[in-house]
Amino acid sequence: MPLAPPDGIDVVDHIQQTRDSYAQLGYDSYRWAEEPEPSAFVRPTKPLAESKVALIGSGGVYQVGQVAFHHKDDTSYRRIPVDAPRNDLRTSHFAYDMTAARQDPNVVFPLDALRRLDDEGVIGSRTSHALAFMGGIYSQRRLREELLPAITAEIEAMEPDVILLVPV
Amino acid sequence: MITASANPPRAAFLNYPLGHTAGRPNDVDEQTDIVRSALDLLHASPAPGHIKPLGHEWPTPWRSKARELSDKRSKRYDTPQYQLEADATAVV
Repeated sequence: MPLAPPDGIDVVDHIQQTRDSYAQLGYDSYRWAEEPEPSAFVRPTKPLAESKVALIGSGGVYQVGQVAFHHKDDTSYRRIPVDAPRNDLRTSHFAYDMTAARQDPNVVFPLDALRRLDDEGVIGSRTSHALAFMGGIYSQRRLREELLPAITAEIEAMEPDVILLVPV
Repeated sequence: MITASANPPRAAFLNYPLGHTAGRPNDVDEQTDIVRSALDLLHASPAPGHIKPLGHEWPTPWRSKARELSDKRSKRYDTPQYQLEADATAVV
């Protein structure tokens, strides 16, 4: 069963907005990916305080010295050291207002929060790198065939206990 | 609603304007609270597909503007789009 939004919450439905905006412009509707089944639900086997956490974010974050994302189905990703200086982080995306993320990349890539939770012992540890990609990818096929296997291989190499996904 | 359509195993939902998924800029206390709330779902979520709305409210009205239908498209370039010009020459 596809999920319903939580009850009683005044949600801005961006998917419907996008459908309506494009219809108004005279375009056919994009076929959004549908996930009728929930993805794998694994019960954790250890407390959070003993768990290694990996961050994956889709807000298009890169580090100075890395190539920035392009915006036509860029299926690449970046490895960002989890203690990278905040001032070295940048954003490159076309589908959201990056004003806040460019003031503070943590709003779409919360490295500072994770570091604090690590320092406080709320989480056991962090992986050495977080993974960032640019989520504005229209080709679902390329996402599945190119980005997903690459991200999966990175995650398998880092062996986290927990993955935190931060979309935009 | 994007989170629901992705059907993740567990999700925390922050009802903030797009582009603020993990909280407000320069507010590490709020960001930490949000991330912690999400991570707490590992043990607290009762079943697959649980979306927990977080209680944070954006301080000023924003929804009606976000709901306006307008042409928000921007050109999509197939070359790397750097935030700062200097980034392009800094590439290692």
